[in-house]
Amino acid sequence: MISFTINGKPVSVSVDENTPLLWVVRDHLNLKGTKFGCGKAACGACTLHVDGAAVRSCSYAVKYASGKSVTTIEGLGTKENPHPVQQAWIEEIVPQCGYCQPGFMMATAALLNANPNPTDEEIDRNIINVCRCGTYYRMRKAIKRAAELTKPETI
Amino acid sequence: MSKVSRRKFLIWGGLGTVGTLAIGTYLARNPIRRAILETVSSTVPPYDGEGTEAALWFELTPENKVIFHSPKVEMGQGIFTGFAQIIAEEMDLTLDQVVVKGAATDTGVIDGMSTGGSLSIAGLWQPLRELAAMMREMLKIQAAQKLNEAVETLSTREGIIKGAKTQMTYVEAASGVNEWTMPAEDPKPKATGYKFIGKPVPRVDLEDKVYGAPIYGLDAELPGMLHAAIIRSGTVGAKFKSADTSKAASMPGVVKVVQKEDWVGVVAESYAEALAAKQQITVEWDIPEIWTEEKLRDTLKVGQGDKMITQKYGGSLDDDAGEVQTMEFSSPIGAHAQLEPNGAIADFKDDKVTVILSTQVIRVTRSQVAEALGLEVANVNVIPTQLGGGFGRRLNTYHAIQAAQLSKAVGKPVKYIFTRKEEFQNDQFRPPTHHVMKGRLDADGYLESLEHHYASGDVAINSVILPPMINTIIGTDLGAARGADIMYGGIANRRAVQWHTTLPFATSWWRSLGLLANTFAIESFIDEMALQSGKHPVDFRLRKMGSDTTQQRIRKVIEVAAEKAGYRDDVIDGRAMGLAASIDANSPAAQVVEVSIDNGKIKVHKVTCAFDCGLAVNPDQVKAQCEGSIIMGMSAGLFEKMTLRNGELWPTIYGPYEMALMRHAPREIDVHLIQGADVPLPVGEPPLGPVAAAIGNAVRRLTGIRLTDIPMQEAYEKAMQQKAGV
Repeated sequence: MISFTINGKPVSVSVDENTPLLWVVRDHLNLKGTKFGCGKAACGACTLHVDGAAVRSCSYAVKYASGKSVTTIEGLGTKENPHPVQQAWIEEIVPQCGYCQPGFMMATAALLNANPNPTDEEIDRNIINVCRCGTYYRMRKAIKRAAELTKPETI
Repeated sequence: MSKVSRRKFLIWGGLGTVGTLAIGTYLARNPIRRAILETVSSTVPPYDGEGTEAALWFELTPENKVIFHSPKVEMGQGIFTGFAQIIAEEMDLTLDQVVVKGAATDTGVIDGMSTGGSLSIAGLWQPLRELAAMMREMLKIQAAQKLNEAVETLSTREGIIKGAKTQMTYVEAASGVNEWTMPAEDPKPKATGYKFIGKPVPRVDLEDKVYGAPIYGLDAELPGMLHAAIIRSGTVGAKFKSADTSKAASMPGVVKVVQKEDWVGVVAESYAEALAAKQQITVEWDIPEIWTEEKLRDTLKVGQGDKMITQKYGGSLDDDAGEVQTMEFSSPIGAHAQLEPNGAIADFKDDKVTVILSTQVIRVTRSQVAEALGLEVANVNVIPTQLGGGFGRRLNTYHAIQAAQLSKAVGKPVKYIFTRKEEFQNDQFRPPTHHVMKGRLDADGYLESLEHHYASGDVAINSVILPPMINTIIGTDLGAARGADIMYGGIANRRAVQWHTTLPFATSWWRSLGLLANTFAIESFIDEMALQSGKHPVDFRLRKMGSDTTQQRIRKVIEVAAEKAGYRDDVIDGRAMGLAASIDANSPAAQVVEVSIDNGKIKVHKVTCAFDCGLAVNPDQVKAQCEGSIIMGMSAGLFEKMTLRNGELWPTIYGPYEMALMRHAPREIDVHLIQGADVPLPVGEPPLGPVAAAIGNAVRRLTGIRLTDIPMQEAYEKAMQQKAGV
């Protein structure tokens, strides 16, 4: 039995401890927003957060999540209360096919957490997922918009 | 949510009532076929199989929404949004009142055409508007009876039919209707005064995609579902001989090892267990021949294979005559690399099978599954989902058969997924190409003769989506021919000659087909001729434009791209510009790129794009398609390449298969839409044409090096090494 919290809720799963977290999230916890792209941590479609850090879950054994807090795209924000990254993605109409987008949004949320106002070069170095539709141009705009939305209100 | 009965609200259902028969007749008048014929001259002929008429239908829900069951799938190109705009426009609905869903085959909507060729909005523009307008009028006729008012006095707004004193919703008007009455005259769709058409409304699937809704093929789940893996060889041409499955059968979680005549797979409780068991199966393959890069290059070149002249105006160039200039170009094998791997969920039960998957060819998927399993097509229901990328890869769905066979073998639903290695090695690749360009200038230093000789593997030939007859009759690979013609009508002598070879690995449709490589060859060569003649590249091209409407539209995109970009021929601050243009499926595009060399790497800073796709139903999504095409074309032009190594195609993973990432994408993409026609023309592929050539032309101005081989980054590095005498 491996226990952790997923999007704030405690869960326990009984699987081989080396099972990639991705498949536990998708097939055992039935949260399909985290995507399978390559299985080798090479594309980033499976990016989620473990204790707030971006992790490529296809290559991350579930045992390492034990006792930790896992957040997926379903837990990032809701339609009623979107995360600034999701809000920015909607404003810039970023997704095309959309399959890689949860991974990009999770990677961006983690980046902005660590660095609320990234430069273009910092975006280039940190956002290294793969998008085949070529939405990078709008994504860059959305990342900057999300940074604006994240800024604490000045009074 | 309980659906309102189809019988009551189907606008087309083959139910044999007066209303539906009338609609049947109406469909037989055939706006769809007309649309096909109108577009066929300028694009790949769509598949039109076995006389089954494509049909469209709508459904009304108790919430007074209209569901359109779309015969085309959404793969990112934005067509569901365009369809919603068109329907809202003609039916007087709000966008929120229109729901677009991919139609399953058992709804009666059968897509005989595939989703491809950039034809979805262009092809359905007229029929969808006519049918939506017809549906609105038929609802009014019903409302007139129920409200006891004359139909002429009724008006519609936001899903409500208003009479002089009373009103009712569309769903109230439709309620209880078994026999529909059509108006005496066909209602005419609007031609002006649009409320939704032409507006940059947000995508209808935006929220699903931003909040992680389970909308893709691989997200589908059925109760009691098992997981499967199939062994595929990485070696080109390998044929299955035999398998030793003794170890796999006893692995944890394994339900069954399934061995067929030409493949073996394993079904397990979980995907991880299926993969682990698969590792324990040893397969013996029959490998007739080990293919190498050298052999591929010797096989695929101009002068070899089946020759077909695809364009012929004026005389041909005699190589022995003076002043003929020649250059060779090439492009490599390209992978689709869509992010969602292929796969399918199949549920075989009581001699019927349901298959859920990402497919661009719903009808072909269904008929292949039916044939392989010995079922009537009526007993196969294909449910298409949103696609995690298409780009042509989903035009081949043999894996749907395998998923169905696995489900039949275990008597439970089965989900089958390709690994990424299998995806790369078993792709239906963009074929490699080889080009020989020949040209001669006239006395004034402008092009008098231009010839494009091009060798390609299969694109359309041997494809399951085209009847073999088409290839036999035409004898040309129509896919490889995309963008191969010389488009400048003022050049007196123009030739395009195709040399076609079927390669030992599957090659097929890849977004824009031959356009990428053909435009790279033609537009790079034209640019080189302009430089050698000392002419400005815009003037050099425009001097040789003809005068008809299409020629004027090409001229316009070149002029606008050059003007908006502030095109200049000289290098400023280490940056140079390059310009190129193309026309594909009657939609011309021109692009100007601005590049520098940064630590030995070609860096694209800005792309200015002028694109004429006629009426843009959703200008924002047309721009998104331009941006995506530019980045995908740049990715293929600069980086991407599959290579034969010990008989295997390599690489097998992202990273080694180098693609454009965030850091490579231009910081600025400036798209200008020129709506040079009052109907929508193809959008999804044509803007992919110019970008590779434009980058090459900019690098030539910056460095003096003419890059003649894709991927250009590798070609540039080779050229620099040669220059340095390494």
